[in-house]
Amino acid sequence: MKLKKIALGSAVLLSAAVSSFSAQAADTIKIATEGAWAPFNYIDDNGKPQGFDVDIAWALCEKMDVECKVVTQDWDGLIPGLKVRKYDAIIASMSITEERLRQVDFTNKYYSGGLRFLAPKGKSFDLDNLDGKVIGAQRATLAAQYLEDNYTGNATLKFYDTQDSVYLDLLSGRLDIVLSDELPTYDWLKTSGNGGDFEFKGESFKKEDEIGIAVRKGDKLKEKFNTALEEILADGTYEKINAKYFPFSIY
Amino acid sequence: MDLDFSVVIEYFPRLLTGMWTTIELVILSIVLGAIVALPLALARISKNRWISSLPFAYIFFFRGTPLLVQIFLVYYGASQFEAVRESFLWPVLREPFWCAIIAFTLNTSAYTAEIFRGAIQAIPEGEVEACKVVGMTKTQMYRRVLLPRAFGIVLPAYGNEIILMLKASALASTITLLDLTGMARTIIARTYTPIEIFVAAGVIYLAISMVVIYIFRLVEKRQNRYLGSLSIKVPDKG
Repeated sequence: MKLKKIALGSAVLLSAAVSSFSAQAADTIKIATEGAWAPFNYIDDNGKPQGFDVDIAWALCEKMDVECKVVTQDWDGLIPGLKVRKYDAIIASMSITEERLRQVDFTNKYYSGGLRFLAPKGKSFDLDNLDGKVIGAQRATLAAQYLEDNYTGNATLKFYDTQDSVYLDLLSGRLDIVLSDELPTYDWLKTSGNGGDFEFKGESFKKEDEIGIAVRKGDKLKEKFNTALEEILADGTYEKINAKYFPFSIY
Repeated sequence: MDLDFSVVIEYFPRLLTGMWTTIELVILSIVLGAIVALPLALARISKNRWISSLPFAYIFFFRGTPLLVQIFLVYYGASQFEAVRESFLWPVLREPFWCAIIAFTLNTSAYTAEIFRGAIQAIPEGEVEACKVVGMTKTQMYRRVLLPRAFGIVLPAYGNEIILMLKASALASTITLLDLTGMARTIIARTYTPIEIFVAAGVIYLAISMVVIYIFRLVEKRQNRYLGSLSIKVPDKG
């Protein structure tokens, strides 16, 4: 009897908690970003997320006329967190890939990426054959996957939790060469103060790489985001944000 | 949420490779840690303040700071200095495996030294006095009585430390090592099945812990068989 009462009581409590949670979710949209991928998303001196992704997020929220909250989450926990409803969308420069599409839905692209190798100036590489070299990339990224698919032969692959750690080990000389997304690396070469000793190797590839906003499978939020995306592209808001970070269009 | 445990079977061989790295890390750092810890513990006991203050500071530092910070300092911190990169140490320090071993050894030796010290000091005063009465030198006393006795007392706490070390070794994945956790995270990056793969990794950690516990129970039983029962009664000092 007593057990039944407790069970009933906790069921009531639980349903109350769930309904208050979903009520809250209707009012505000929680958006997750990584916060370690300058200039697309990073944490500023005040501890607030900033960058291209975050600016896009705020612009979209304004168009959708909803209240938003931007939270940060480690890169390889982003999709698992979305699936368990810790937040409602991921705007974190995430490439739309087949593997990810099995887990989540993506909106239309909000910019286009591309991969490119980065290494110290003066050293030359045969990019088709990196045998014996140590190649670094951030774990769970398109670059890491590309390396796993194409360079597992005699090259050593090293995967890092953040892109910043990849740069650190390139600086220390533990890595011979790095594969990463071209745009953030372009920014790193220009702004980090260490860029002088490094340069891109070869041309960028995987230009078909499209970056989208991830939402849970079947979530109507996807259409809302798409509409808002069209609006900011049409009225010049996107262009303004783009110009803040890159002197060329990245769409 | 539907779970698909077939990925575990598909990636099990890779998880096992990770497991061996984990085991290598733990065994090496535990052995090296014990070698460093014994002189530390003996010096820490010394009544001479000049001798006991250095191990005190060492233990205070390595127990008082997070292991993650220690690993980052060894791996990313040391490599920032050109002097380190050009020194004879670089071939060792450039390898994440040895950086992990260094950090783990420093950390576990601090804890182990305290465990050893506690065990040595838990030996009843009477036994020490008995050694002196029969005219043993300090070395003889330590070799014949105190250290073997302490070994029996230390076992339960030391087994604990090894299991803690096993779990702490997961931090090696933050410096690109593909230990069990690092391997699991790399697999998840591709399959997006965190629950299935982490459950599998967790089960492997549990299995290793069980082996450690079992071995320690055997050794304890053997070492303390003169006490006549499984449990050791730690005598009152007073």
